[in-house]
Amino acid sequence: MKYVDEFRDGDVARGLAAAITREARADRNYSFMEFCGGHTHAISRYGVTDLLPPNVRMIHGPGCPVCVLPIGRIDLAIELALERGVTICTYGDCLRVPASENLSLLKAKALVDKSRADIRMIYSATDALALARAEPQREVVFFAIGFETTTPPTALVIQQAKAEGLTNFSVLCNHVLTPAAISNILESPEVRQYGTLPLDGFVGPAHVSTVIGSQPYEFFAEEYRKPVVIAGFEPLDVMQAIRMLVRQVNEGRAEVENEFTRAVTREGNLKAQQLVSEVFELRRSFEWRGLGEVPYSALRIRSAYAAHDAEAKFALDYRSVPDNKACECGAILRGVKKPQDCKLFATVCTPENPMGSCMVSSEGACAAHFTYGRFRDIDVVTI
Amino acid sequence: MSAEVKKAYVRPLDLKHGRVDMSHGAGGRAMAQLIEEMFLKAFDNEWLRQHNDQASFAITGGRMVMATDSHVVSPLFFPGGDIGCLSVHGTINDVAMAGAKPLYLAASFILEEGFALGELARIVESMARAAREAGVPIVTGDTKVVEQGKGDGVFITTTGVGVVPPGVNISGDRALPGDVILLSGFIGDHGTAIMSKRESLAFDTEIVSDTAALHGLVAAMIDAVPDIHVLRDPTRGGLATTLNEIAQQSGVGIMLDEAAVPVQPQVNAACEFLGLDPLYVANEGKLVAICAAEHADALLAAMRAHPLGANAARIGSVHADAHRFVQMTTGFGGRRIVDWLSGEQLPRIC
Repeated sequence: MKYVDEFRDGDVARGLAAAITREARADRNYSFMEFCGGHTHAISRYGVTDLLPPNVRMIHGPGCPVCVLPIGRIDLAIELALERGVTICTYGDCLRVPASENLSLLKAKALVDKSRADIRMIYSATDALALARAEPQREVVFFAIGFETTTPPTALVIQQAKAEGLTNFSVLCNHVLTPAAISNILESPEVRQYGTLPLDGFVGPAHVSTVIGSQPYEFFAEEYRKPVVIAGFEPLDVMQAIRMLVRQVNEGRAEVENEFTRAVTREGNLKAQQLVSEVFELRRSFEWRGLGEVPYSALRIRSAYAAHDAEAKFALDYRSVPDNKACECGAILRGVKKPQDCKLFATVCTPENPMGSCMVSSEGACAAHFTYGRFRDIDVVTI
Repeated sequence: MSAEVKKAYVRPLDLKHGRVDMSHGAGGRAMAQLIEEMFLKAFDNEWLRQHNDQASFAITGGRMVMATDSHVVSPLFFPGGDIGCLSVHGTINDVAMAGAKPLYLAASFILEEGFALGELARIVESMARAAREAGVPIVTGDTKVVEQGKGDGVFITTTGVGVVPPGVNISGDRALPGDVILLSGFIGDHGTAIMSKRESLAFDTEIVSDTAALHGLVAAMIDAVPDIHVLRDPTRGGLATTLNEIAQQSGVGIMLDEAAVPVQPQVNAACEFLGLDPLYVANEGKLVAICAAEHADALLAAMRAHPLGANAARIGSVHADAHRFVQMTTGFGGRRIVDWLSGEQLPRIC
């Protein structure tokens, strides 16, 4: 496949691996966090860690939109479907996220009164809009999640709904912001005080950065003295970024570098940014699974579009719900623990029956490790 | 006084505008007419001509094999095939994967009220053609009709019987450490062809389903290497699921070589933008064969000599592993698990 296979070439990978091994100093360790779930998935699926020297360690970050969604937000969607007769439309991964009372959107789907409501999986925000347009008697709510990558399409459907006067369409907005999450990790006691989370740099987001550009990361590089290398989601992108991070650390630099120049510029997509700021404004605070309340870390719909804001339209009242006590998703999302450190991992918590959100999406650290890498935890015959 | 018997006039089935109604499943004249004019006409053979509720046939000695398969594919017509030929191929392949020669098929139809008779005729003709080409007659059957909204056009269940030649012992629990794994051709074609026609996904592609009856290929393989250990067709859940089933049944580990698994570039591309892994996408005309290493070259040559195995490849090996993991060396140079399919990748693929 043209333009894809080039970024998965085994020979180039071996060359890069040799270069990383050569350049990484034997007398020190390197710990880099890949922020995005897309990177986590690529690392696991292609076996990138097998190619890295033992003193270069990758830590999974919180950049998986499904994983950071707190139980209380899913509960709101379930309440709308079961008690308010609303048809919820959302992306496939959201359906299996565990919510309160042993429910998930998927399980709630079986309980919905299908004569007026439903829970449906869609591929794009415009599918939800099309449903509202086609069935005016149906109350449709698009349960919107994601980082900056999926925010512009949500903004677009809200504007369209307003322009068309679609009174039966609204959005339950859960869009969150990448830079706020990175700050939160860098400010966490594990990084700042105890040093229990050694962090030498970040593999920066790919698709998010196509929208927001590389500029927003400059603050972290300067303020916290942590190098950031923005990388694409292909395995060679990740390896090249790791090599660039090793070099920065060796040379004592802390800069924002861009490996993903084929898609990311310093300014990002100005048109998309403009669209987002027309429709959304900052929330004072938002709860993240694993990180807790994070100030100015999410978006809400501006009052000019209140008719299409499900929180305003249905006067929803958010209640925070704690995770299962034994679930380590929180610590795993902060990079403090690994999936195999959790007692639930691969016992009661599996992709078929997820207890925590990290086991749900293929981008989640637990699901990726379970699906692709769990043989590393036990002795298996290798040939 | 001689009276001429007057033949009752029956208006023929209206294949242009007619639709299935409840009477077509009620056991009366309408059902008899549907069976006569549609099923018997298309499937015609000595067993059906007897008009019995069952088919009777002499059996030869040896081990018999029986398999059944329900088909609920959506859409009913897809590039490269339809539910009709699929329902014939699917069951023939299940019988053939025991190394058996398939002999007879039974077919059961669940029709939805309102389904166009013309479309049903197309499906039945496609089944008849597939059965004729395979040399496996459909010797008995059944028809039921459900109310509108209780079905989705047509569901077809087929059952097949066959006989295993003497000296052949093929089973999912016979993979042994040291064995070699062969695959008969490109994976993912059927699933990708179906997806390209789904309403919510629809995309343009030239990929067609690989649906085919594999018993001819199997016979040629057994001729070359009678001691094949395992045969299986990787349908729903794809190659990954089939290999996990075999690892589980045989109590062994499997190591795949990603670079050796044949995937057409169009299928790779479609899977890439749909976020799917071709290893999990369904096939309807492919098989996995496992045999001792010393027989692998002869078996591979026999597969490649058959049109349905022209792109056959050696894709991995079996080893001892108490955890029964299916692992893969990635084209990238790393190693990973190829796990069971979790959840549902795509409903109603066959």
